[in-house]
Amino acid sequence: MPQAVAEKKLDLAPVARIVAARAPFTEGDAISALQDMQDAYGYLPRQALDELARLTGIPVAKLYGVATFYGQFFLQPHGKHTVRLCRGTACHVRSAPKILSAVSRHLGVGDGQTTEDMVFSLETVACLGTCFLSPVMLVDSQYFGQLTPDRAVKVLETIRGAGRPEGG
Amino acid sequence: MIRLTIDYREVQARPGQTIMEAALAAGIEVPHLCHDPRLSPVGACRLCQVHVGGIDRAPVLACITQASEGMTVITESPELAARRKAILELLLSEHRVACTTCDADGGCVLQDLAYRYGADEWLYGAYQHGEPVALNYTSENRGIEYDAEKCVRCGRCVRFCDEVQMASAITFDGRGIAMKVNTAHGRPLHQSDCELCGGCIRVCPTGAMRERAAMGLGRAKDLAAVRTTCTYCGVGCQMDLQVNRRLNRIVRVTSAPGLPVNDGHLCVKGHFGFEFVNSPERLTDPLIREGDGFRTASWDEAIGLVGSRLRQIRDRGGPEALAFMSSCRCTNEENYLMQKLARAAASTNNVDQCATTCHAPTVAGLAAAFGSGAMTNSTREIRDCRVMFVIGCNATEAHPIVGLEMKRALRSGATLIVCDPRRTWLADHAHIFIQHRPGSDNMLINAMMSHIVGQGLYDRKFVAERCEDFDAFREGLGGYTVEKAARYCGVEPGLIRQAAELYARGAPSGIFYTLGITEHSCGTDNVKNLANLAMLCGQIGKPSSGINPLRGQNNVQGGCDMGAMPHRLPGYQDWKDPVSREKFQKAWGVKLPENSGGRVTHFIERAGNGEVKALYVMGEDPVMSEPNQTKVIAHLRKLDFLVCQEIFMSETARLAHVILPGACFAEKDGTFTCSERRVQRIRRAVAPPGRARPDWEILCSVSTAMGYPMNYPGPAEVFAELASLMPSYAGMNYARLEGDGLQWPCPTAEHPGTRFLHEGKFTRGKGLFHSIAFQPQKEEPDAEYPLILSTGRTLYHYNVGTMTRRMAVATQKQPRNFVEIHEDAAARYGIRDGQEVVVRSRRGRTTARAAVGRKVRPDTIWMPFHFVEESANALTIDAFDPVTATAEYKCCAARIEPSGPPEAASRQQPSR
Ligand code: SF4
Ligand code: SF4
Ligand code: SF4
Ligand code: FES
Ligand code: FES
Repeated sequence: MPQAVAEKKLDLAPVARIVAARAPFTEGDAISALQDMQDAYGYLPRQALDELARLTGIPVAKLYGVATFYGQFFLQPHGKHTVRLCRGTACHVRSAPKILSAVSRHLGVGDGQTTEDMVFSLETVACLGTCFLSPVMLVDSQYFGQLTPDRAVKVLETIRGAGRPEGG
Repeated sequence: MIRLTIDYREVQARPGQTIMEAALAAGIEVPHLCHDPRLSPVGACRLCQVHVGGIDRAPVLACITQASEGMTVITESPELAARRKAILELLLSEHRVACTTCDADGGCVLQDLAYRYGADEWLYGAYQHGEPVALNYTSENRGIEYDAEKCVRCGRCVRFCDEVQMASAITFDGRGIAMKVNTAHGRPLHQSDCELCGGCIRVCPTGAMRERAAMGLGRAKDLAAVRTTCTYCGVGCQMDLQVNRRLNRIVRVTSAPGLPVNDGHLCVKGHFGFEFVNSPERLTDPLIREGDGFRTASWDEAIGLVGSRLRQIRDRGGPEALAFMSSCRCTNEENYLMQKLARAAASTNNVDQCATTCHAPTVAGLAAAFGSGAMTNSTREIRDCRVMFVIGCNATEAHPIVGLEMKRALRSGATLIVCDPRRTWLADHAHIFIQHRPGSDNMLINAMMSHIVGQGLYDRKFVAERCEDFDAFREGLGGYTVEKAARYCGVEPGLIRQAAELYARGAPSGIFYTLGITEHSCGTDNVKNLANLAMLCGQIGKPSSGINPLRGQNNVQGGCDMGAMPHRLPGYQDWKDPVSREKFQKAWGVKLPENSGGRVTHFIERAGNGEVKALYVMGEDPVMSEPNQTKVIAHLRKLDFLVCQEIFMSETARLAHVILPGACFAEKDGTFTCSERRVQRIRRAVAPPGRARPDWEILCSVSTAMGYPMNYPGPAEVFAELASLMPSYAGMNYARLEGDGLQWPCPTAEHPGTRFLHEGKFTRGKGLFHSIAFQPQKEEPDAEYPLILSTGRTLYHYNVGTMTRRMAVATQKQPRNFVEIHEDAAARYGIRDGQEVVVRSRRGRTTARAAVGRKVRPDTIWMPFHFVEESANALTIDAFDPVTATAEYKCCAARIEPSGPPEAASRQQPSR
């Protein structure tokens, strides 16, 4: 498989550890093992899924089916923090596009991308359902409302410094 | 039995059956998309809603609701129709309705139901898939194509792949409206765990999963189905060739649930292996040698030449100067005519076929022990085995549909014991896996039996009442302790004991073996010893219990039955027995020959030393299939006259003086007899290319030209003649073979055929024990050639590859030869996965790509034999079984060295 040659080698020790911790491994352990793997790698790398299949005997297609079924799993490299910017109507009319461009410039990534240091992934969403706070940004599970471009950037700077978002 | 009423009709159901199953069995068509009789129910599509207990009651799903006593079911009402219409409209809104250009038009459940319920495809507008769906995991595949826009997400394909094929190659990716079928990571199908069985296509109710090559060659309604028998392995699957008559072309191959052998399943070869039929390389005209090349000739000229040359050589050289190679690829009728041509027209017993290269030890060994040599049980009985003892048999690859039955038995809780030098799929799923060294089978079996006797686990009553020569056999087991065998075979002694006990106690246990047992210099001994094991434990002559050689080629059973071998007349009747001789002499109006005749390997030997002057080869390629290729070619070159009756220019045909173009299985009528002794029809679906003719016609012309006229209106009349001479076929004729065929013995016109052999009594009376002493292989590894080389077949190719190497699906998966080597050995020789290597033995060398892993033992390497240009038979040893002259393909000494940089990873090793 040409991809296999191109892919760089991944440290697979965490997978072995995760499997060993659940011995004897059954199909019922798959979801929690995938969660631990995502914690270890930040996402579910292809090689890690293959290794989990090899070690447990569970067909890799089944693991892949589970991983894609649940929204919590990422199959692409994903930042430690997920930044969701609203581009819904309410936010739009209150300058959401300006916030997007500021955040995007600050992080150096566009919609759907992840910063090189793997700290932030940027996504835009239709409506976060908190229009009364518009314009709104959701970082992981915390809402930041009535933003200005400057405040939005500041929030991200604080998070990067502290390693976790503060309330806003 | 449970009684219920469905649509005011009284219907019976077995306990545990669902309403759906009861209704379908009674011919009541409850609408369904996600239900398939071969799969576990999921209740996903909700189309099968029915009322139970009154039309005013809330509907239930027929596919997941069990039938119960006294139930009243209504399957159609205005409310149900409205619900179904609504569901269908939702489905259609997510479906790219394009019936105008869809191959499934006329064979699509969604289309039928939408029509039946008047569903409006525009009601919700058309759904647009968010991301481009044109590119997916099948985009590069040459066999299968998936179209997400036509998928109704019923999950049949995913469940089939998971539950039945147990390949688990595909899954649902995502959820909701964007859900689609995918491999893990969207990997190209041929690089995934997919076995290319095509089952996902067969179960798909729409045009979403389809054959790529069939695109545009005809809609369901443009095609005529011709029921026939698969031409590859000996399982004998029934299939429907879907033929576009206008194009004289097979478009796709389908099958139907409920068929006796395969229940609607086919493997990769059955599904996709028909490309060769339409190949431009087919032979279309008779060819006569001219210098180094050939010129085309008329049939009259070619037949005239063959007739006169053979006559000359017969008249001058006598019976030993001519030899005939018949073919297990050809029909019973043709094999019968071939041996008749040899015996009646050429007056020689020099007639044989490829069973010598594989299962002659089966015929000899089982005949010695029981009186007849064939699979004793039926394929359908495998699912009821409680213990399966599988030795030297890679069923999931070599006999995939038997493999499916074994998987089915496994799912219902059977214990699986696998003895194999290679870690096969079955080995990976076995409860006990004994990875013994190649060639140590008898050591292992003797030790198992000595343990069984020592523990008193054998069936005393069966041994006393039904067998003979037990005492001598028992004494012979003396030296074979479990410990000694464990040391020699290189396995744990505990495993041998457990295997022995499980097999002895199984109720019932079945033995399955193939060429891993027969292709040894001690092949006949191996078979006799398995017969010993079965008799010792009384595990024979019962349903699901017996000894089952799985036949490699579609008609190897029939070829043997027809007497296309030197020492047996049709029906295994002894050529020396005066009564049988008289019967045939009378029927054929000639005096039968008296020479003892030889086997394929002898023909080649004797061609070399000038004894055999003319060889007539039908549908075989000894240059490719016989061991020690260089020698075979040199010997064949010495012949005065070589005739090849072939469909392609084979390696042997290149050496011929005359080539006669034959017809393949899809171009003629006839019968094949499969492993389970079932005689089944093959039927003409398309016309042969050019001037090619059915082989039976050619044989008749040649015989007539030799001065022994043969005239038959068609294969049915040939069959009538052979049935009249063979007691085990006596009750059969073409009319009775319609439908499911018949399993021999079928001695009278009323006899229903025989599901399993040796009930109450062995064919020869008492079962005969043979004391078998262990014989080591002929060529032991040494310092110069330190590894044991074993050869075999893969799932994707067949024999010498004449047909499957022309099959796009197979060549994509396995483009060239590879050699499996253990990772420890590979490290020792500095070989990496995917690297170019040279394999050498004392007889020759060949190249291949290394497949490094843990499938073989560290002392062994393994190669498939399907590849002309990298032929494993350049290496194999010409050591033979003394009884049947079967060659030791399964072990010789070899060495391996790296010869080039690694290409991409081989991907021939399993993922675990
Ligand atoms: S071809 Fe067979 S193995 Fe491959 S995906 Fe389809 S069902 Fe599974
Ligand atoms: S491809 Fe066919 S069988 Fe598979 S989910 Fe889609 S419609 Fe069903
Ligand atoms: S299992 Fe054998 S008979 Fe059946 S489809 Fe495959 S090759 Fe043909
Ligand atoms: S539009 Fe932004 S939260 Fe609703
Ligand atoms: S057939 Fe019953 S829900 Fe699909």
